[in-house]
Amino acid sequence: MRYSGLSVLKEGLFGNKGWKPAWREPEPKAEYDVIIIGGGGHGLATAYYLAKNHGITNVAVLEKGYLGSGNVGRNTTIVRANYFLSGNSEFYSHSLKLWEGLELDLNYNVMHSQRGILNLFHSDGQRDAAARRGNAMVNQGDDAELLDREAVRRMVPYLDFEQTRFPIYGGLLHRRGGTARHDAVAWGFARGADMRGVDLIQNCEVTGIDIQDGRVRGVQTTRGPIRAKKVGIVAAGRSGQVAAMAGMRLPIESHVLQAFVTEGLKPVIDHVVTYGMGHFYISQSDKGGLVFGGDLDFYASYAARGNLPMLEHVMEAGMTLMPMIGKAKILRSWGGIVDMTPDGSPIIDRTDVGGLFVDCGWNYGGFKATPASGWCMAHLMATGEPHEVARRFRLDRFLTGHLLDEEGTGSQHNLH
Amino acid sequence: MRIAGKGLVDRNTPVGFRFDGKDYTGFQGDTLASALLASGVRVFGRSFKYHRPRGVMTAGSEEPCALVTIGRGAAQVPNVRATVQEIHAALDARGQNAWPSVNVDLMAMNDLFSPFFSAGFYYKTFMWPRKFWESLYEPAIRRAAGLGALSRKHNEDHYEKAYAFCDLLVVGSGPAGLMAALAAGRAGADVILAEEDHVMGGRLLAEMQEVAGQPGADWAAGVLAELATMPNVRLMTRTSITGAYDGGTFGALERVGLHLARPPMDLPQECFWRIVAKRAILATGAHERPIAFPNNDRPGVMMAGAVRAYLNRFGVAPGQTVAVFGNNDDAHRTVRDLKAAGVKVSALIDVREEATAPDGATLHAGAQVVDTVGRKGLREVVIADRSGQITRIPCDCLAISGGWNPALHLACHMNGRPVWREEIAAFVPQPGMVPGLAVAGAANGTFSTQACLAEGLEAAKAALSELGRKAKAVDLPQAEDGAYRLRAFWEVRGGKHRAWLDFSNDVTTKDVRLAAQENYRSVEHMKRYTTQGMAPDQGKNSNVAALAVLADATGRGIPETGITTFRPPYVPISVAALGAGGQGAGFAPQRFTTSHQASVERGAPMVEAGLWYRPSYFPRPGDQSWLDACNREVGFVRDRVGVCDVSTLGKIDIQGADAGRFLDLVYTNTFSTLKPGRVRYGLMLREDGMVMDDGTTACLAEGHYLMTTTTAAAGQVMRHLDFVAQAHCPAWDVHMISATEQWAQFAVAGPLARELLNTLLEEPVDGDTVPFLGVAPVRVMGVAGRLFRISFSGELGYEIAVPARYGAALYRDLVARAENLGGGAYGMEALNVLRIEKGFITHAEIHGRVTAFDIGLQGMVSAKKDCIGKGASTRPGLSGPEREQMVGLKPVPGSKSIGAGAHLFDEGAEPVRVNDQGYVTSVCWSPTLNSHLGLGFLINGRARIGTRVRLVDHLRKTDVICEVVHPVFFDPEGGRARG
Amino acid sequence: MRITCPLCGARDRREFTYYGASVYADRPAEGAAPEVWDDYLHLRDNPAGEITDLWYHELGCSAWIEVTRNTVTHAISATRLLADRATPTKKGARS
Repeated sequence: MRYSGLSVLKEGLFGNKGWKPAWREPEPKAEYDVIIIGGGGHGLATAYYLAKNHGITNVAVLEKGYLGSGNVGRNTTIVRANYFLSGNSEFYSHSLKLWEGLELDLNYNVMHSQRGILNLFHSDGQRDAAARRGNAMVNQGDDAELLDREAVRRMVPYLDFEQTRFPIYGGLLHRRGGTARHDAVAWGFARGADMRGVDLIQNCEVTGIDIQDGRVRGVQTTRGPIRAKKVGIVAAGRSGQVAAMAGMRLPIESHVLQAFVTEGLKPVIDHVVTYGMGHFYISQSDKGGLVFGGDLDFYASYAARGNLPMLEHVMEAGMTLMPMIGKAKILRSWGGIVDMTPDGSPIIDRTDVGGLFVDCGWNYGGFKATPASGWCMAHLMATGEPHEVARRFRLDRFLTGHLLDEEGTGSQHNLH
Repeated sequence: MRIAGKGLVDRNTPVGFRFDGKDYTGFQGDTLASALLASGVRVFGRSFKYHRPRGVMTAGSEEPCALVTIGRGAAQVPNVRATVQEIHAALDARGQNAWPSVNVDLMAMNDLFSPFFSAGFYYKTFMWPRKFWESLYEPAIRRAAGLGALSRKHNEDHYEKAYAFCDLLVVGSGPAGLMAALAAGRAGADVILAEEDHVMGGRLLAEMQEVAGQPGADWAAGVLAELATMPNVRLMTRTSITGAYDGGTFGALERVGLHLARPPMDLPQECFWRIVAKRAILATGAHERPIAFPNNDRPGVMMAGAVRAYLNRFGVAPGQTVAVFGNNDDAHRTVRDLKAAGVKVSALIDVREEATAPDGATLHAGAQVVDTVGRKGLREVVIADRSGQITRIPCDCLAISGGWNPALHLACHMNGRPVWREEIAAFVPQPGMVPGLAVAGAANGTFSTQACLAEGLEAAKAALSELGRKAKAVDLPQAEDGAYRLRAFWEVRGGKHRAWLDFSNDVTTKDVRLAAQENYRSVEHMKRYTTQGMAPDQGKNSNVAALAVLADATGRGIPETGITTFRPPYVPISVAALGAGGQGAGFAPQRFTTSHQASVERGAPMVEAGLWYRPSYFPRPGDQSWLDACNREVGFVRDRVGVCDVSTLGKIDIQGADAGRFLDLVYTNTFSTLKPGRVRYGLMLREDGMVMDDGTTACLAEGHYLMTTTTAAAGQVMRHLDFVAQAHCPAWDVHMISATEQWAQFAVAGPLARELLNTLLEEPVDGDTVPFLGVAPVRVMGVAGRLFRISFSGELGYEIAVPARYGAALYRDLVARAENLGGGAYGMEALNVLRIEKGFITHAEIHGRVTAFDIGLQGMVSAKKDCIGKGASTRPGLSGPEREQMVGLKPVPGSKSIGAGAHLFDEGAEPVRVNDQGYVTSVCWSPTLNSHLGLGFLINGRARIGTRVRLVDHLRKTDVICEVVHPVFFDPEGGRARG
Repeated sequence: MRITCPLCGARDRREFTYYGASVYADRPAEGAAPEVWDDYLHLRDNPAGEITDLWYHELGCSAWIEVTRNTVTHAISATRLLADRATPTKKGARS
């Protein structure tokens, strides 16, 4: 059924009895054209675009838990296209354009809010690096502005401009950047895929990948074997385990990334603000909670929970940058399992097994990539050829040295 | 209403305070909630979505409704639980999420539109037109949402963090916790007993029951008195254990000054503790749960246990006429206590048909509450008996009890899943969910006081045994040991009004059923779709009932439906407490060079260089801008002599018979051939083949080297060297230590550098005693130092090093001598110009994606030996004409200034990504060459020297043509440095 | 999280710097094939379970430590000095 203001009014008048299920609850069929392993944001988006862009609807998404139970449901909801390297730049630019039409495309309000992202810098060197990146953004056709200290002060007067440890020199403003309601993204893609005939199968864990003569034939699951001509592994933090079922080792180490939210507060932070001298970024959700992100806890982990040091670091950074948040109270902390590649960029590629594809390595930034990841993975699985904006996300780039190390910290696991 | 003679508050110490602009008086020991209830206040706040009037529900930190704002100006704190905040003379509290006030709130019109505000309605609308989301819909939603408000002022209060260590952490001071602490304390263990309340004793303070033949509160006081005498026991009141983490680490929040009218200056508001405990006992009790029935959110509807707490502990009757509604025997206990205190009880409504009436109460067995009346305060409840017969019962307080949920949160913080226990209709923890943590008492689903005491004792004995300690004899006191009987009952069905589950977030049973109808059937989907359990109480009051409703709506049992994840913190923690110490300069250490004071005295702006501070330039009267100073200082070095503190560069002392071999492994070039007294420039790669750092290393003696690193990479290089030594060559004789802080080192550069130095060295030097790239021990004014003949400016240059304690004096002396020679001190700006003119790289160039090939130093990678990074650097993608290579850039004459961060394009090409040919990393105005200069990276750049490129900086509106030149702009033969 | 440094005893995790799976200590020999370097630098078993990984006691004694740890529970079962390993293996040597 179609959602609209009118349908909300009509259903409200009649006791909301007429709302239909957002998606079906199908039993798995014996065979599909395509199986997507992983019912997170990227897997659901892949299924959606397979159906919508390529007319491939005999598709199953297999999810071991509930739809959207991975990182799409536990991130800090940032959406941006502010990359420097060619390879990343065009991909995230494409993704942001998809975001900008996502509500109307999905007929689901994902609350994409282009409230602006301000990356602060704190030295001349950081200003130069910000300018370099900002110019790359404009080269790509996206937006960027370099703000000086006074312009930053006008925009976010609540920062500590006097006492903070590392003075604020200015900021790189990306007006089209912002946030979205993360669960809604998963649900919107799920509903859209389901409406086009995709089977979304929850509580169905893949336990094996069937390969014969170098080609994938199907998967083993906790709900029985399912045959398929093509299989896509879109399993984020669990990519390594799933790939191992196909005898592969991936250039991925899984880490825990924490995030934090405060109790609800009246509007106080209107943008996304990031700190340049510590691991700290912040936005305020529409419900009123301040949403904080930091960096990895920095140890391999599948626990989806973190420890105190990063939590405290993030809050210390918050106190030096914007001490007005001191009286807000942290309500909840959580962790996601992120699939870290050596160079910090993702992989959307074929594998050595015929019909088996991988979409993984989203590091700590997969949420904003959700639509384009699905779009490009669907393109790859449907046509066999990489999409033009995802050509650099190759599995063999570490072997060949065609790296995409946006941060320049090194294409080694221990450095990102 | 206070009841004469009841309660534990100090009736001899009245305390005045303010709420919503009015003055009230309570007593020492009161919370804001108890004092206001005693004064007849009923409306404490407004609900999140519908702005319904809300009163007090509980008597603890789990309070979902009575959230207030306290303090003014920068001291304003939103979302304070009135049930926890103690009153004091300076307390100025007010309701929140209402306009103009909680009593008259215009936002309450939201309630009229509630049919359209069903769960998830916002996902279905507000999509068109697209631009309206940011400009119209979202701002309206944001304004309506949220609870309290921040002041927008910088924090002015003091917060702290601390560590504590103990053998046994006991969480909670009810019967189980007190017994555990007593047994462990007597056995000599190092014990921390943490209690969230401001008084220890837990439910013993709130119930009328005896322990060991005396009132429970008296028994608790006796135990506490004994514990207080034990030096091995720390009693921490007002301390909530907030999280269980790895390795026996617990987070804890202590409210230190929040209850004081005039806290001493040295006292923080709050302290966040990291408690490391070898063992822990969780004795956190249980939370009573409400029942969902139509209009169950009126002010005056309160948990039965909270009614008893206000009555027995605070001597406050929350109403004149109380009705009680429940599904278990605790409801009966409430009737008994109220009647004993002389409070009128108008009815006991028990959903159990078999219930029997306590003495003198009007029992409605098998009946249910089907509606309530009284918008800003309960006036009556409407009940239906088994046959549907309706009765209206007058009451201004309804005590409800749907049973108890163990407060097992901390046990679940490390991903352990609790199990459902049917007979108490609650989730209970399983053993071993948190290593080293045992659960005792009501937190474990054990509800009689006698059994709680016994479990606390047993848990302590087990912990002591694991700690290798012998338990001393502790008598188990006698206490109430009644069975806990209940019939699981979650919601009253069939009413046409909304029945609340989550009182904070305004989630009703209809919302949960709608989620199920729309196939958000997973408990996580239901939570996220309806926002059930996401409010400040994190579902402590409502989660279990909500999933019971979901289970019913989906035809599943509760265990199959499952429960959402328990996450830290157990109670919210202020950002200021978690971030204590970070505000202002405290966020990171500050490192100062020995010349800092002298530079400040000369008026130099000090700029951050990592954690260090370095002088930017040295202004003089008459300067029009920093550029005048910079140009002058460049002139000192090019024409006379300049002095610069370079102590911030990393210095690593490396010794041992295999030290040379070791340097060969970490540097691309060879150092084992370096003779004593000689210095060599070295390039260091990461194992991925990218340049990590560069610098010089001096051979001080056979098997003794001093490596210098860049300021930025000093820590990284130290870590790397330690790794290479310990991982790849642990058997080699090589040892290293950072000596960065031990030596002050100053560059003395310029044509007159040697002349200057010879005025203060005890033994003058010439070009032979310390040749270019030489090092020698020297004595300077009686102090043993080192003299390096190295240059980062391209001039005749030395760096002189002395033990750090002589740095301040030497610097002043060097600068004075330089000034006598027509030179002087130079800062970072001039240093940068000097190095750009010479094409020397910094981390602006070696930014992590750069290979030796890219900077034209591929020849420095020795073919004769292995080195870190050599294997990976042979990958085809890391060299060749498609790589961006370092070049010099010179704008054509007459161009305006250029900025680092600009991108490069072919002349005439459109400045878009597909045409991007590179970028600029460093720029300067060169007074020496009278031109702007830039260093940058250009695709196949070395082959393009002599051609022209277009430089575009969209952000700073620059578009100029540059000549591509060799990156060494000045003195390419290097004669000046060697001279 | 607490890590027992073999030299200093149990210390808070904040004193340590992490460096990933301990296979990174097994550096290939000079001239090893590109695939060997790729394997060494990039490919990981990435187990959900027991792993040995590398920690540097940076704010302590500067020892590199090999920690045996469970990536699902974070439980640490053993620690030892990296330098105490048997002679480091040289993978892919072409001699």
